[in-house]
Amino acid sequence: MAGTYEIMTGNEACTRAAIAAGMRFFAGYPITPATEIAEMASELLPKAGGTYMQMEDELASIAAVIGASAAGVKAMTATSGPGVSLMQENLGYAIMAEIPLVLVDCMRQGPCQGVATVPAQGDIMQARWGTNGDHPIIAIAPASVGELYEETIRAFNLAETYRNPVYILSDAMLAHMSERVRIPDPDEYDVVSRKRPTCPPSEFQAYADDGTGIPPMASFGDGYRWFVTGMVHDDTGFPVTNNADRVSYLVKRLHAKIEHNRADIEKYEEYKTDDADILIVSMGVVARSAKAAIDDIRKEGVKAGLFRPITVWPFPESRLETLCRGVKEIVTCEMNEGQLYHMVREVSGNTPVRMINQNNGVILSADTILAGLREGK
Amino acid sequence: MAGVHVYDRFLRQDKLPHIWCSGCGNGIVTNALIRAIEKTGIDQNQIVVVAGVGCSSRANGYLDFCGLHTNHGRPLAYATGVKMANPKLHVIVVTGDGDSASIGGNHFIHACRRNLDITTVIYNNDNYGMTGGQYSPTTPTGAKSKTTVYGNIDTPFDLCKLASAAGATFVARSTVYHVTQLAELIAKGIEHKGFSVIEAMSCCPTLYGRLNKLGDGPAMLQRFKDQAIPVQKARQLSEEELQDKIVTGVFTDRKDRPEYSDQYQHVIARAEGRE
Repeated sequence: MAGTYEIMTGNEACTRAAIAAGMRFFAGYPITPATEIAEMASELLPKAGGTYMQMEDELASIAAVIGASAAGVKAMTATSGPGVSLMQENLGYAIMAEIPLVLVDCMRQGPCQGVATVPAQGDIMQARWGTNGDHPIIAIAPASVGELYEETIRAFNLAETYRNPVYILSDAMLAHMSERVRIPDPDEYDVVSRKRPTCPPSEFQAYADDGTGIPPMASFGDGYRWFVTGMVHDDTGFPVTNNADRVSYLVKRLHAKIEHNRADIEKYEEYKTDDADILIVSMGVVARSAKAAIDDIRKEGVKAGLFRPITVWPFPESRLETLCRGVKEIVTCEMNEGQLYHMVREVSGNTPVRMINQNNGVILSADTILAGLREGK
Repeated sequence: MAGVHVYDRFLRQDKLPHIWCSGCGNGIVTNALIRAIEKTGIDQNQIVVVAGVGCSSRANGYLDFCGLHTNHGRPLAYATGVKMANPKLHVIVVTGDGDSASIGGNHFIHACRRNLDITTVIYNNDNYGMTGGQYSPTTPTGAKSKTTVYGNIDTPFDLCKLASAAGATFVARSTVYHVTQLAELIAKGIEHKGFSVIEAMSCCPTLYGRLNKLGDGPAMLQRFKDQAIPVQKARQLSEEELQDKIVTGVFTDRKDRPEYSDQYQHVIARAEGRE
């Protein structure tokens, strides 16, 4: 394959991929273990003609990102779990107003400040349900630095295509570990930009469905004098109140953008699932431990396989449901108190599900998973 | 309706009539803002009005510019992103006393500190009108509100002093009685290269006025007339003599601090090795 190979950390890969995907605005606030993304953005963005802003807090960071995106510039912020908590308010705005952005969450041990320097997978549900009200979300959980590079580009493309915020769920380990990364040549990947309006400004209705479920998006200053709000709004973008039909229509359209495009958005990896009796479900770096444990236990005659959601949201439940029907047992391996376990049980039918988890900031190792699998035999 | 009045082109006629109560000062502030914009002659398509949440922020929806109606307290943070992403845009923030000084207080002082070229018009009606008249960070000590029924024990912010101290390079105040002056000050703020704050003292006869027995809208306007004292005169008076006065005029007009988006061009030049 073409491209070049380099060794870099996850945070570096994420930053460089974001710029490759067209990011020209970054706003953030220092927080471990995400800070290096801000540092690198402050160095690389001016060279690319872009803008780095260090804001006064995380609320302001994502607010500035939304403002920049509405002005027509691809924008990202990066933080960790506590910062994500602060961003939830304005994240909801971006969902409601359909402003594309990428939010990187380098997950660390929680709750609260927890342990700043160690990895965890405790923000899966925060990413899904953190902001108020029912809302659609996309979240991607890469397992390697190379995949983080590729998926960061895809995150921007998805955000632009669906006009919805996209999370990248990295973690303290992926953020800081160095791996060999293939940097693809620019002609190897698509860079997608939001669909723009083509009608005369006098006819423009900023939130009118053009039949795709995703309205074209103007930029401030381009001649379309559009209005953006976080309130329920009509096709022109202005708030409507006491209109149950409109509320219902808008909420359903927002969800449908993601639900009707699962085939394009969903991504997962399967490893030795063809003949598996035990199906492990695991995401992010923990899935790599799970793979090693699968290889080991197969030497003992136990047929185990892995299902790894790469998009955690939308959760690739359809394929997982099919796999669940063909196995004797399902085991989730995760670094939390069972956030994947909860999701898997929704599609597991009559197949028993159990969990091998570790929630102490130490990577769930192949040995621990192997021991857990043996216990269950 | 359109074309009846010289300012009609700046208003979204289909969004009128406005929702403000009779006697509310917010329409006068908005009138002054429109006059100011008209005076500057800036292209209507290059203006972005950013608002937060509250009675003040409702102005945004009536104005025919690009509008960004953000979350409560956050308009300055959103506006910062808009302006830095496209510095050619003219960004005007309409906000209230609660929006800018309470929930958005941190964004406010940091926006002042950065000196990015944004014009902020604070509709200060001394209370949270939209939620029914609770006390705000500018409610005078002793005043009644829905949450200070026994009198306010808090000390209010002087928003102009706060803005000047935090680094804003143009800071001024007027009232809805002094609408010509208010429009002139807003126009100066828009033309000023840097972060400008214009505090517009507005009246809320429905809530703050009623709860403090200040009379109806016209009575509150009369009160502003009586209370107002130009900053030049005020400088000769003691703190005691200034009690219950509203000092009006320009407090800060600095040209010595560089504007932030200009400064960022130097960052780009240094990154590219041109400086």
